[in-house]
Amino acid sequence: MAAPTMNNRMIKWFDDRLPIFTFMHHELHEYPTPKNLSYWWNFGSLAGIMLVVMIVTGIVLAMHYTADANLAFGSVERIMRDVNYGWLLRYIHSNGGSMFFIVVYIHVFRGLYYGSYKSPREVLWWLGIIILLLMMATAFMGYVLPWGQMSFWGATVITNLFSAIPLVGDSIVTWLWGGFSVDDPTLNRFFSLHYLLPFVIVGVVVLHLWALHVHGSNNPKGIDMKGPQDSIPFHPYYTVKDLFGAALFFVVYAVFIFFFPDYLGHPDNYIPANPLVTPAHIVPEWYFLPFYAVLRAFDFDIWFMPAKLLGVIAMFASILVLFVLPWLDTSRVRSGTFRPVFKWFFIILIIDCVVLGYVGAKAPNDPLIASQESVQAANDEYNACVAKADAAGKNGEEECDKPFFVQYVHLGQLTTAYYFFHFLLLLPILGRTERTLPLPTSISEPVTKGGAGAGQ
Amino acid sequence: MNGDGVMTRRIVTGLAAAILGLGIATAAQASGGGTVGERHWSFQGIFGTYDRAALRRGLQVFQGSCASCHGLKYIAFRNLQDVGFTEGEVKAIAVDYTIADGPDDAGDMFERDGKPSDRFPSPFANENAARASNGGALPPDLSLIVKARADGANYLYGLLTGYHDEAPKGVELMEGMYYNDAFSGNQIAMPPPLFADGVDYEDGTEATVEQMAADVTTFLAWAASPEMETRKRLGIKVILFLLVLSGLLYAVKRKVWADVH
Amino acid sequence: MYLATGAFGALGAALAVWPLIDSMNPAADTLALSTIEADLSAVETGQRITVKWRGSPVFIDRRTDKQLQEAEAVDVSRLRDPQTDAERVIKPEWLVLVGICTHLGCVPLGQKPTDDRGDWGGWFCPCHGSHYDTSGRIRKGPAPTNLVVPVYEFLDDSTVKIG
Repeated sequence: MAAPTMNNRMIKWFDDRLPIFTFMHHELHEYPTPKNLSYWWNFGSLAGIMLVVMIVTGIVLAMHYTADANLAFGSVERIMRDVNYGWLLRYIHSNGGSMFFIVVYIHVFRGLYYGSYKSPREVLWWLGIIILLLMMATAFMGYVLPWGQMSFWGATVITNLFSAIPLVGDSIVTWLWGGFSVDDPTLNRFFSLHYLLPFVIVGVVVLHLWALHVHGSNNPKGIDMKGPQDSIPFHPYYTVKDLFGAALFFVVYAVFIFFFPDYLGHPDNYIPANPLVTPAHIVPEWYFLPFYAVLRAFDFDIWFMPAKLLGVIAMFASILVLFVLPWLDTSRVRSGTFRPVFKWFFIILIIDCVVLGYVGAKAPNDPLIASQESVQAANDEYNACVAKADAAGKNGEEECDKPFFVQYVHLGQLTTAYYFFHFLLLLPILGRTERTLPLPTSISEPVTKGGAGAGQ
Repeated sequence: MNGDGVMTRRIVTGLAAAILGLGIATAAQASGGGTVGERHWSFQGIFGTYDRAALRRGLQVFQGSCASCHGLKYIAFRNLQDVGFTEGEVKAIAVDYTIADGPDDAGDMFERDGKPSDRFPSPFANENAARASNGGALPPDLSLIVKARADGANYLYGLLTGYHDEAPKGVELMEGMYYNDAFSGNQIAMPPPLFADGVDYEDGTEATVEQMAADVTTFLAWAASPEMETRKRLGIKVILFLLVLSGLLYAVKRKVWADVH
Repeated sequence: MYLATGAFGALGAALAVWPLIDSMNPAADTLALSTIEADLSAVETGQRITVKWRGSPVFIDRRTDKQLQEAEAVDVSRLRDPQTDAERVIKPEWLVLVGICTHLGCVPLGQKPTDDRGDWGGWFCPCHGSHYDTSGRIRKGPAPTNLVVPVYEFLDDSTVKIG
């Protein structure tokens, strides 16, 4: 590619010494992009925009926030009440976390549907998972900063996960806390890391884009660009399309900020942290609920592995499995558009994830179908039976029939199992056995056999 | 690209579905044991504002019936000016309070009359003092109470009007507890705070328990979200702006993409 | 020679990282607060009190005879974390426990008379439904081990030193 025509001599002078203008022109202007990208491709740049929104509001909020266990809650209220437009900044930031996750989840599922993780884009995919993991860590630590009840107990429960590690678990937890419970040192280090990690994310995003630009974007047909007739320059086509999508998305975002600012949060987080009282239900933010359900799905031990450790392993595995996805999915066809069976399983996977989120929000041992009252009655009867048998010198727990009810945790176990089944068994088999539809010869060829739901 | 409309619709549906999914999370949080009805509030809805007369009455109820046990530490007297109190009124309200200040030149703490810049002083020096005076129970600060409870306004109203003189048959009350419909577990340590004609409303409204509960709820809803009216006003402008911007960008997008086939 | 120099340098780098890591461990002032003394003179039989130790609640339960009998009558072999009641107390009347659920660190309910004490009349963790008996032993739910008994000693009849 020829260098852009540079009329301005100053720019030319600079560009000769550091060709940043040539680089920008090349990567953001000329960059040949498949011309058939659907609106599902908007969510990548949208995620980038959200990252900028979060960093900018976060930097300003940090100017007013105090990371001290005695002052943090009050400093957030001061932001909300006394700092000029403080409420706006805070609500942009707190709802921005949720918006960022919505965008990124859609971005991930778009990649899952259109096979964007397949060769030659495996490294691009890995970098994306790393960004997701960093985002989760950042969001978790950010949620702790207001130092409300959910902040405190969320931090307690999540950091305690590490105590499941054999032998060194407890030392690790103490080290993470910098004390013997979540306290001031914990809050301070979380603030430090919450400020740092977004910039690490920026770094990985740069690598993500670099990897993207090596082979270019995937597209709804999942076939490679064959020549100039298949592509259009990024600017102005996709810049304007991305901007339009962003403006529309900001409408939704603004509805939350201005009219339902606390809808996605939890009321308990407006109660200052109290280390001596645990809230009745500790619920993470919605974007962690599916993982929380996986964590709690293991209420039984396997061999020497206690339930707690299994839950932690399963939770991390549910993300780590994505790293090997490019090799688990054996299909040579990238796009779900041409995979009639995969398409249905993809929809089931989405439902599965939504159900996992639903289970994650529920108390695990609540009955799923039966009414609370009938369960209570049956349990009372059982306990009475046990007491009677024990009093008679027999083993009550063996004598009496324990009432069984389908509980949320069972639904969680089912959906967790299905999640891993999808990736570990279904995809490898499906890739080998599925009869895919014939692929078009090029992106430019008029669509005649495309499936539904694939965009164009 | 005649599929644009379809795709836009799809994205909107997708987002809506995502948001509905989130609803589950909050729905789950509403559980808790007590029962709470629904009521219409002046501050509900896109254009809702705090009923100024109710706020004034609510302040009276707060001062008369709540403030002896509950603090309101995030509200300063000056904040009342934002909702229609005059500067003179605010000064008069502030002066009635005694504020601990200091140290003075001799190094001693001293007490003085309140100023508009002061915040509502808390009735107890600290948590332990508060528990000691209330049989071990801690009366929470009320600045954020409406935001700190699920469906806060309805909950608060339900709590204040949900007392029974006697517990229903079969329920045994613990010592020093009162039966309340809205409270989780139905046993609450706070004695019924409101009685008919418990305050003399300045505007002559009849002070029924329901009236007082509704007024103080409005007042505390304001205390929890004093920015709400500004927020909603700005929100309408921002959203209108974004809708117009989206429309313009869509037109530009169509134009730019016109030559792509 | 190259290898030796490289290894020596790497050792130095590793040692230099240690202060950074160790600085995140509990600081001296935090450690200094690691013992407390609690006054038991006002605690009546059947009453439970909570004291704060190292930022966490410690439950002190002056057990009734009935609770004590229940705790001692349990067939230990049927427990997930087998321990007799005698192994968990110094004076049988007084049960001292770290009030942190061994599952994921919530504070179990049961200290207040109005609390749900679970199916075994001890403590009940609301987070993920672990039930503890009147000896603080895990009986049902996801917690892997019994409530922890902290290091403590009786300084005299009415004072206990924890830590």
